[in-house]
Amino acid sequence: MSDDPTRSGQQHEREEPDPAGAPDEPGSVATETHDEARAEIEAAKEREATAARLAQDATFTQRLVAALTGTGVIVTILAILSALLIGAFIIAFSEEAVRDALTYFFARPTDALRLGVDSVVAAYSALVQGALGGQSQLSETFVSATPLIMTGLAVAVPLRAGLFNIGAEGQFLAGGTVAGLIGFGLTGLPLAIHLPLAIAGGLLAGGLYGWIPGILKAKTGAHEVISTIMLNNIALLVTGYLISTTLFRRPDRSDPISKSVEESARFPRLIWWEPSLRVNWSLVMALALAVLVFWLMERSTHGFELNAVGLNPSAATSAGMNPARVVVTAFSVAGALAGAAGAATILGLQHRLTIGFAAGLGFDGITVALLGRGRIGGTVAAGILIGILKAGGRNMQAQTGTSLELALVIQALIIVFIAAPGLVRAIFRIKAEDLATGQVAKGWGS
Amino acid sequence: MSQATMTPAKRKRRERRFGVFSVLVVAVMLGVFATSARGEQATFVLNDARAQAIQLPALVVTVVPTVIVLSILVALIAVKQFTTGFGDRAVPMVGVVVLLFVIAFLTWAAAGDSLSVVGLLRGSLARATPIALGAMAGVLCERAGVINIAIEGQFLAGAFTAAVVASVASSPWVGLVGGIAAGVLIAFMLAGLSIRFQADQIVVGVVLIVFATGVTSFLSTQVLSGSPELNSPTRFSSLEIPFLVDIPLLGPVLFRHSLLVFGMIAAVIILQFGLFQTRWGLRLRSVGEHPKAADTVGINVLATRYRAVLLGGVLAGIGGSWWTLDAVGQFSREMTGGRGFIALAAMLVGRYTPVGGLAAALLFGFSDQLATSLQLLQVPVPSDLLLTAPFVVTIVVVGGLIGRLRPPAADGKPYTKE
Amino acid sequence: MQLELRGITKRFPGVVANDAVDLQVESGEVHGLLGENGAGKSTLMNILYGLYRADEGEILIDGEPLLLDDPGDAIDAGIGMVHQHFMLVPVFTVAENIVLGVEQTDRLGRLDRATASRRVAELAEESGLPVDPDALVEDLPVGVQQRVEILKALYRDARLLILDEPTAVLTPQEADDLFDAIRGFTAEGRSVIFISHKLREHREIADRISVLRRGRIVGTADPRTASEQELANLMVGRPVELTVERAPAEPKEVVLEVAGLQVADAVGTTVVHEVDLEVRAGEIMAVAGVEGNGQTPLVRAITGLQDIAGGSVSIAGRDVASRTRKEVLRDGIGHVPEDRNRDGLVAEFSVAENLILNLWDAEPFARRASLQFDEIRAHARKVVASYDIRTPSVDTPAGSLSGGNQQKLVVSREFDRPIDLLVASQPTRGVDVGSIEYIHNQLLVKRDEGTAVLLVSSELDEVLALADRIAVMFHGRIVGPFETPISKEAVGRMMAGADPDEVFEDHDPSNRPSSHGRSSDAAASGGPA
Repeated sequence: MSDDPTRSGQQHEREEPDPAGAPDEPGSVATETHDEARAEIEAAKEREATAARLAQDATFTQRLVAALTGTGVIVTILAILSALLIGAFIIAFSEEAVRDALTYFFARPTDALRLGVDSVVAAYSALVQGALGGQSQLSETFVSATPLIMTGLAVAVPLRAGLFNIGAEGQFLAGGTVAGLIGFGLTGLPLAIHLPLAIAGGLLAGGLYGWIPGILKAKTGAHEVISTIMLNNIALLVTGYLISTTLFRRPDRSDPISKSVEESARFPRLIWWEPSLRVNWSLVMALALAVLVFWLMERSTHGFELNAVGLNPSAATSAGMNPARVVVTAFSVAGALAGAAGAATILGLQHRLTIGFAAGLGFDGITVALLGRGRIGGTVAAGILIGILKAGGRNMQAQTGTSLELALVIQALIIVFIAAPGLVRAIFRIKAEDLATGQVAKGWGS
Repeated sequence: MSQATMTPAKRKRRERRFGVFSVLVVAVMLGVFATSARGEQATFVLNDARAQAIQLPALVVTVVPTVIVLSILVALIAVKQFTTGFGDRAVPMVGVVVLLFVIAFLTWAAAGDSLSVVGLLRGSLARATPIALGAMAGVLCERAGVINIAIEGQFLAGAFTAAVVASVASSPWVGLVGGIAAGVLIAFMLAGLSIRFQADQIVVGVVLIVFATGVTSFLSTQVLSGSPELNSPTRFSSLEIPFLVDIPLLGPVLFRHSLLVFGMIAAVIILQFGLFQTRWGLRLRSVGEHPKAADTVGINVLATRYRAVLLGGVLAGIGGSWWTLDAVGQFSREMTGGRGFIALAAMLVGRYTPVGGLAAALLFGFSDQLATSLQLLQVPVPSDLLLTAPFVVTIVVVGGLIGRLRPPAADGKPYTKE
Repeated sequence: MQLELRGITKRFPGVVANDAVDLQVESGEVHGLLGENGAGKSTLMNILYGLYRADEGEILIDGEPLLLDDPGDAIDAGIGMVHQHFMLVPVFTVAENIVLGVEQTDRLGRLDRATASRRVAELAEESGLPVDPDALVEDLPVGVQQRVEILKALYRDARLLILDEPTAVLTPQEADDLFDAIRGFTAEGRSVIFISHKLREHREIADRISVLRRGRIVGTADPRTASEQELANLMVGRPVELTVERAPAEPKEVVLEVAGLQVADAVGTTVVHEVDLEVRAGEIMAVAGVEGNGQTPLVRAITGLQDIAGGSVSIAGRDVASRTRKEVLRDGIGHVPEDRNRDGLVAEFSVAENLILNLWDAEPFARRASLQFDEIRAHARKVVASYDIRTPSVDTPAGSLSGGNQQKLVVSREFDRPIDLLVASQPTRGVDVGSIEYIHNQLLVKRDEGTAVLLVSSELDEVLALADRIAVMFHGRIVGPFETPISKEAVGRMMAGADPDEVFEDHDPSNRPSSHGRSSDAAASGGPA
């Protein structure tokens, strides 16, 4: 060994390569060695690569989303079907007659089955009827879908940056409250000024409220899930307080309800010749925002940066991008979108503030975004789908007495199946080709 | 811990931030409490309503001088914060400032009226019970590497099931078993989806909250509203610990509670010991910090995680049962009102330890109880704003303004062997 | 203990990681396992340690078949493993880490920490691996952490120790200490499987060497008789040139000038001390050193990724500290990061997107804020062709390319735009031999085009083969630079912290540090410093 150190690089040149020392497999030489480093890859990475290969002809968006949610269209459809199926069982078992029939199930099983199927069919057909059965039903569906599209986008945009926005609820409240304040606080303005002003107020307030978790994450590393959960609760309490103050409260009422938004700050009905239809211009606003967000996310340099930061923040930093700025921007945009939803709800539909007027629409945004698999088009479609569920659910409750909360249960089940594609595959015994996990956000550690 | 690794410059900056906080506190004390008291004197009742062996006289203080003395104390602390600083005791000093502020606030609030200190503190402990139990459920899960934000869902499921089961069996004990079963069921869904199916744990948590809210609300409107006999559980009665309960002030505050409160305190002590002094705890924490290391020494990572999450479910289920078997005695939709989120907050503020979680829960229970007490006194303070305290405190803590929060290294990361 | 593996086969989706591997380890033997990155060494050892399950084949210990369901079984059978990435819980103490899984408790279930510390201290003493049982692992340097890993196996009375690339984190001197400890184990009758891709180490410590290539055992050699060239050929499967042909450098003006640079880490500890360094156009300046001696923060500071705590960095006369990373890159710096998966690529982005990752908002790939997809693809097709990146198409996700092609992608992204300075950190890590050769040649091409190249590498052979001047980094400080040729031993000793004066005194007095002469020369010709 003693001579080894002095035999530095240069000396090896003089040693003739010894072909006999290489047990040769003909043809295996130069070209195949290029692939050799592939041989030993950890399983997780291998799976990623397989999933990626499957998607190799897709655009970067599609691949991104595959990486984000790890689910394909088939899984999405099966997730919805599974959720509806479980919902059916819940309907059947909550029906008193079915439960009674079950007590003599073994004597006459058909009774229970027939009653069960009847109740499910009745409930679900009431649901479909109530959502799609006519002009006014369709109008209600779109009325329900309008805020969902916007809160869905408010979750989808940060999701693409690798951030989980649970705060759409609070941002919605902030936007709606300020929009409402401008809506009833100012009088005597023409519609062309008053309405845009109120909308802008809502966007701005929501954006500011979204900016808070963004800046906290960027500056201090505070996990956005925790801070948005806390900010939701703060928003709920603070708006509750505000509505009870003289600035907001309707003078003739003692219960917490605000003054009404001026006519000049209300979204006009979309179908003006049919005044009973509540669908209004806020739907158009939602769709316009969706188009804008689509361009931003899929076609612009900002979207490229945001997607890169979401998928690999250190590589993005290394390439000269600025993750901290992306985090703040993504959350501010998200807040503005949720704020717009709040403004649309107050200025287009409710016209006054009540306690907790967001009523879970912000949380629904999570379902919508995951169902839409983080894609903009998908999110819009998912918003309409959940809109159907909501509008139909109200009819179901009225017609068959099946409580509206069923829609909530079905929604939860849909995301369970989307978030755990393995579960859907286990149920339907699908051979897993793209076994990517449902990992969306990251752990607490930043 | 985190203080040790801070640079002197950062410590200085932090201490200065605390100083600014103290100055603000002084400003509020002098500007609001000393000037707008509704009466000259405040009365603090130190006895329970029940007859007791030793009766303490009520404490009567004059508002303005008391507030001024308290603000001088805070001002002195502020001076030290701006000059030499408190070094390692910087964070505890903030606690002292908060405490002095709270005393001043109570003096002001009770001015011209009387406030039952016993009731306030006793209520705080009671209200802290589910929060602490939920926080411990969180500690168990996260120490083992599974994020649990579904505590709210476990509470709702536990409260609902406990109510129905206790009503049917006419026994709070059986009801408690039902509540535990419901908490464990949600925990099982969390464990299965995040450990077995490797779904995103935050998504699963959110989903389980929506799911539990949906199912309990659905069944509540669909079933319970039509059959009130299913929603009239027998409640746990209050227990007194003999002799100890006769201690003035402390006795009624600490030693006359329902079984769940005592159980919670026992659980905190056992868990604190278990996590940090036993083999079980060492293994559980190793799984949350570095699962592969645990695996390579023969510890079954997935089983350890399952067990931790399910045990967390037991605690959260008991926490949920508190509403229907102790505090309220009837289930109503969304009755837990976000306390699951406060439990999550308590876990974080308590820095992933059971004792810390209990301390935070007591703080949050206090603000909760205070909001109720103040409404009774008709103090012109919006109780809504007071209730934001736990959430604001959590943001401050998570934002690292008091020191960096260090979650278990593998928290939220699914473990795969191959 | 005698160990035998028979016909071990392990398949991952699309890859056969181990193909009918036979291996025999005798009692008291150090058995070297040699192979390139990705040859299947780690997979094989993970099977032997019960972490993976073999698809086929059997494991025999002293002639008895052994079934391994999990590492617990392997530990029971007397197998211990020191993983390449340490299996230690950073927030636990040394003693807690060592006893984890075999803890002793009292009747209450309480850990007996005192006994654990005492036993660990005794064991450390006996085996010549000193550690403080009550120190937190996260506070220990990597060399000591490795000792803890070894002690963990010894505490469980391992009769067979698997050491997976143990020297990667050690200085040559620490490696020698490790080899001494290994000789101690075999003297006690323990067996050792020693895994490394470094030929020299095998020749130094192994009693027998098995060579693994593409999942198969392709030969067994005797370290006393086999030459390094033979082993290299066996490992790669074709004749390998261990050196690179290169012409003498023609250094021109100073491009990178680092003066008195200090860098601090997140908690404020200084990790780079008073570093002075110059790199001229047309030369390759190498910074050698064992990893973790401050190279990473040095590179991050030079390339604008990290704030500096003192001193200055200027590139082509412009100050780096006052500019953002983006501006630094756009001003003509190429940076090949040391960890391509973490810092170099977005695995889910396509090859084309990755090729413009650092020019995403620049003309012609973007106009105003709008991405120009046609331009991006056209650019990618051109680069893929000229740098020989093997990919099905430019739309293929970068993550699905082989390691070598991923690295070529990263390298080509930096090479294909006009740059004054190239900073390459560990540019051939985890890459197959073919790609190593290619990347080395490209570095020389870039040098000969007149680019200043700063090469940071912990592979001594790479440094000696490519560099025109070599500086050595140890504990955040730099010694040198020295003109090449320079002996490998001298560099090795300085990597372990030896004083250069001493090194050259008792070795080769003619090769003195040339840094001072060079700097004054540079000041004269390179304009204002």
